[in-house]
Amino acid sequence: MTIATDLGARPSRPLPFWPMVWAAALAAVMVLALLGDRFPALIDYPAAAVVPLTDWVSAIMAWLKANITWLTRSITAILGVPLDFALSLFAKNFKIGAGPEAIVLPRLSWVGIVVAAFLAGRAFGGWKLGALVGGCFLYIALFGKWTSAMLTLGLISIAVPFCIVTGLLIGIWAWRKPWAEKLIVSPSLDLMQTIPTFAYLIPMLILFGNSPVSAMIATAIFAMPPMVRATMLGLSRVPSEIGDFSEMAGCTARQKLWRVLLPSARPTLMVGVNQVIMLALNMVIIASMIGAGGLGYDVLLALRALKVGEAMEAGLAIVALAIALDRLSQAMARRQARGHVHGDAEAGPFWKRYPNLSLALVVLAATTIAGLFIPAFADVPKAITMTTAPAWKAGVSWITINLFDVIEAVRVALILYVLNPVRAFCEGFPWLGAVFLLGLAAFQLGGARLAILVAALTAYCAVTGLWEKTMATVYLVGISAFISCLIGIPIGLWASRSDRVEKIVTPIIDTLQVLPSFCFIIPVVMLFRVGDVTAMIATVAFAVVPAIRYTNHGLRQVPPALMEAAVVSGCTKRQTFFRVQLPLALPEIMLGINQTILMALSMIIICAMIGTRDLGQEVFIALSKADAGRGIVAGLAIAFIGIIADRLFGAWTAKARGKLG
Amino acid sequence: MSMSSRFSRVRRGALAIAAAAWCIGGVAQAAAPESNDPIKIALFDWTSVNLNAKILGGILEKLGYTVEYPTADYLSSLTTGLTNGDLAVAMEFWDTTAGEAMKASDATGQTENLGPLGPKAKEEWWYPLYMKDKCPGLPNWEALKDPKCAEAFSTPETAPNGRYVGGPVTWEGYDDERVVSLGLPFTVIHAGTDAAMFAELDSAYQRQAPIMLWVYSPHWAPAKYKGEWVQFPEYSAECYNDPKVGVNPDAKYDCGKPHGDIWKYAWGGMKEKWPVAHKVAKAYTIDTDVLNAMSGQIDLDGKAPEDVAAEWIAANEATWKKWAE
Repeated sequence: MTIATDLGARPSRPLPFWPMVWAAALAAVMVLALLGDRFPALIDYPAAAVVPLTDWVSAIMAWLKANITWLTRSITAILGVPLDFALSLFAKNFKIGAGPEAIVLPRLSWVGIVVAAFLAGRAFGGWKLGALVGGCFLYIALFGKWTSAMLTLGLISIAVPFCIVTGLLIGIWAWRKPWAEKLIVSPSLDLMQTIPTFAYLIPMLILFGNSPVSAMIATAIFAMPPMVRATMLGLSRVPSEIGDFSEMAGCTARQKLWRVLLPSARPTLMVGVNQVIMLALNMVIIASMIGAGGLGYDVLLALRALKVGEAMEAGLAIVALAIALDRLSQAMARRQARGHVHGDAEAGPFWKRYPNLSLALVVLAATTIAGLFIPAFADVPKAITMTTAPAWKAGVSWITINLFDVIEAVRVALILYVLNPVRAFCEGFPWLGAVFLLGLAAFQLGGARLAILVAALTAYCAVTGLWEKTMATVYLVGISAFISCLIGIPIGLWASRSDRVEKIVTPIIDTLQVLPSFCFIIPVVMLFRVGDVTAMIATVAFAVVPAIRYTNHGLRQVPPALMEAAVVSGCTKRQTFFRVQLPLALPEIMLGINQTILMALSMIIICAMIGTRDLGQEVFIALSKADAGRGIVAGLAIAFIGIIADRLFGAWTAKARGKLG
Repeated sequence: MSMSSRFSRVRRGALAIAAAAWCIGGVAQAAAPESNDPIKIALFDWTSVNLNAKILGGILEKLGYTVEYPTADYLSSLTTGLTNGDLAVAMEFWDTTAGEAMKASDATGQTENLGPLGPKAKEEWWYPLYMKDKCPGLPNWEALKDPKCAEAFSTPETAPNGRYVGGPVTWEGYDDERVVSLGLPFTVIHAGTDAAMFAELDSAYQRQAPIMLWVYSPHWAPAKYKGEWVQFPEYSAECYNDPKVGVNPDAKYDCGKPHGDIWKYAWGGMKEKWPVAHKVAKAYTIDTDVLNAMSGQIDLDGKAPEDVAAEWIAANEATWKKWAE
C-alpha cells in the first residue's frame, strides 16, 4: 500500500492529499480491527447474511442437466468424430466392427511420425530445427512414453485448431463490434483465464460426459483466450493505410477482412497460435482426470504410487512435446512473416512443390504398412526403450537422507517467523476494511469505475461466506509472489546483462513453465513435509518464470540509442542503469509482477493437493463431492482475486507509462 | 502399456481373421455379446482398482465384448459418469472413504451397487516399527496420551504436541474430533492427497524419523514399510453417533475408524444392455492376499497391470467361466 501511495502522490506533489487520505483510511481500518472484539461481524462476515449462491448455482446446474443435456450430448457426439479419428490415427488404431472379428487398421507408425517431425522441422527451420523436433519425438519413443504421448498429441491436434478457429471468429466479432468486446468478450476472457479449471470440471462431466471430448472442451476454454486477444490486437494494429488501400482497390468487406487484414495481422496471430499450443499442453494433467488419458494420466498414476522417477519422465515427455510444437510453430510464424516467394512454388507437380510434405507422407505410409508385418515399426520395441527413473528416485532419496536436517531448520524458521505471522495478519483482516482500502486504491489509480468494480469483487468474496478462505489464499499467493519477485527480478537483471546467463536461464524457465507442477510437488513434500512451506515452494517454482522473463525482456528492449545518449552525457554506469534503463523498463517489469501474481494464483488449486486450507481446497473438495455450485462459487472468488490484482496493477502500470510519456 | 498389448492382439486378428474365428469358437460359451457398444470400465489413480478393471475387462473381452478404459475421478464418478452410462462399471469404492458419495449415488437411483469386491478395507493411525522404541506402550492407543510419547512424534511447529498426518478432508476421517474426544496431545495435519501423505512416510522411513499417519489397506505401503496400526477402542456406529457410547461419555468419535467393504458399482442400465457382462461383474470377487501380491508385483517389481491381469485370467479360467454361466 505504501508503495502505491508514494507513486501516486508524485504527480501531485504540491498537495499532500493522498498520503493524508491513506493515513486516515489506515487509521479507520485499525479502529475497525480493534472494534472487532466487540463486533465480530466487522472482521468475519456474519454467517447468517451469507448469500446462498452455491445453492443457486447447483439448482441451475440441475436444471441444465435435466433440460439441455440432449444438446450438449449431441455436441459431444459431433466433436467426438474428428477426435476419435485423431486418437485412432495417432494412438489407438482404427477398429471397424466389434469383437474379435473386427477389422483393424493400424495407427501411424512411430518411425514414420519421428521422420515426419524431422522433415517438418527441416522444412520450416533447416536441419537444426529438424534435428531438434525429430529428436524430441525420438526421446519420447525411447523413454517408452509413445502411446501416451500420441494420445496427448491426438487431443491437442484437434483442440488447437478448434481453439484457433473459434478464437479467430470471436476475435473478429469483438473487433467489429466494440460493444460486444466491452460487454461480453473481455469479461469472459478474464474469467476464462482466471477461473481454475477444476472449478468447471464437474459441469463438464455432467454436460459433456466422462470422455476425451469433455477434456478437449475444458482444454479449449483454458487455451482459447490468447487467440481471441491476438486476433483483436492483430487486427487493430494493421496500419489503416492498408485497409484504405484495399477499399480503393474495390474489395468487398469480406474480401478486405479475409484477403487483406487477416494476412497482414498474421505475425500477431501466429503468436496467439503458439500460446494456444502451450496452454493446451499445460492442461494435459487436468484433462486426464475427465477421460483424456495420455501423459497426464501417467503422471498422476506414477505419483499415486510414489514413483517419482516415472512421474518425472512422463513430465519431461510433456516438456519434449511442448518444445517440439513450440519451436515448430514459432518457425512457422517467422516463415509466414517473411511472406511467400511467389513463382517457384506455384509450378510443377505436387511432390516438387512440397518435397518435404510429400516425403513425409510417403514415409508415414511406408512405415505404417511395414508395421503390419514388422512389429518393430508398429510399437516401439521394449528392447530399445530406456529409463532414468531409478536415477531420479536415487537423487531424491539422497537429498532426503543427507540434507533433510538443514532443510528442516530452514522450513521451521520460515513457518514460525514468516509464514505464521503473515497468515495470522491476513486471516484477521476485517472484510469491511479490505473492501474499503482496495476500493480506495482503485479510485486513486483508476477512478470511480475501477473503484466500484474492485470493491464489488472484494465484497463478493465476503458475501458468499468465503472470507477466511479468501484471505488464506491471498496470504499464500501474496507471499509466494513476493518471494518469486525477490528471486526472479535479480535473475532477470543478471540475464539481461549477459548473453551467456540468458542462454542458461531460458531453457530452465521454459521447462519450469511446461513441466507439470505435479511432477515436482511430491518430491518437495518428501523434503519439506505437508504444509505451507511446500505449497509456497511449488508456487514459487512456477511463478518465478514471468518475473525473470519480463525483467530480462524489459531491460533488453530499452533502445541502445538512449543508453548511449546517457553515457555520452556523462552518466556513470550506475546512473545509466538506475536513472535511464530501469525507469524505461519499469512498465515491463511491473507487467511481469502482474503475471507472477496470476501464475501464483493458478497454483492455488494444485497446492490444495498437499493440504492447504484456502479457496483451492474448497474447489478441490467440491470436485470430489461432485458439487458444481460449491466449485464454481469458490472458483469465481479465485478469479476475482486475480482480476482485482490485474486491474490494480494495470492501472498502476498505465500511470507509470503515462509519466514516462 | 494397456494399448499395446491389446493392439498387438487385435492386429494379429486383422491379419488372420481365421485365427480370430478360432478364438471365438474356443472361448465363447456365452451368447454372442448382446451389444457391440464398448463397455466402459473406469480407471482411477491407484493400482488395485486399475488391476481389477483390467482383469474384469480381460474376462469380458474373452467373452466377446468390446471394452474401453476411460480415466475418471474417484468420488465424483459416482454421481456423474456412472449415473448416465459414460462409465459402465467402476471396481472399487471404499466404505471408509466413499461412504457419503455412495449414499448420494444410491439416492440418484441411476446406479447399481454390484456387491462387495472381497477384500476388507482397513484404515487407522499407523507408525513404523522403529517408533516403538521411543514409545514402548504402542500399539495401545493409551500410550499416545503420555506427553513424552507424543513429543517423540512432534515437529518444532507442533511441539509439544505430536504430529499426525491425516488424509484429505474429504475422506471422512473425523481425526480432528477423535483427537479431542480421546484427549490425545496430537495436532492433525491434513494432507491434500494420499500421494502427499505417502511421500511423507517414504521420506521419514528412509531417515528413520518419527511419523504417525493414516495408512489404509489393501495398499502397497503396509507391504513395503514395516509398521503397525494403533489399536483404538473398537469402532461401532453408535460410537460415531451417540456421545454416551465409548471411552468419553461426552463426545462422539471416541473410538477407532470403521473397517468396511469395498464395493463395485455399475451404471443402472448395464443389466439390460449387457446381461452376461453384468452377471460377471456382479459375481466378480478377488482374494485379499492375491490382490495385495499382485499390487506388489506392479508397484514394487514394475510389472505392467495388463500382464498381471492376463496371468490371473489364464490361471483362474475355471473360476471366471463359472461367473458367466
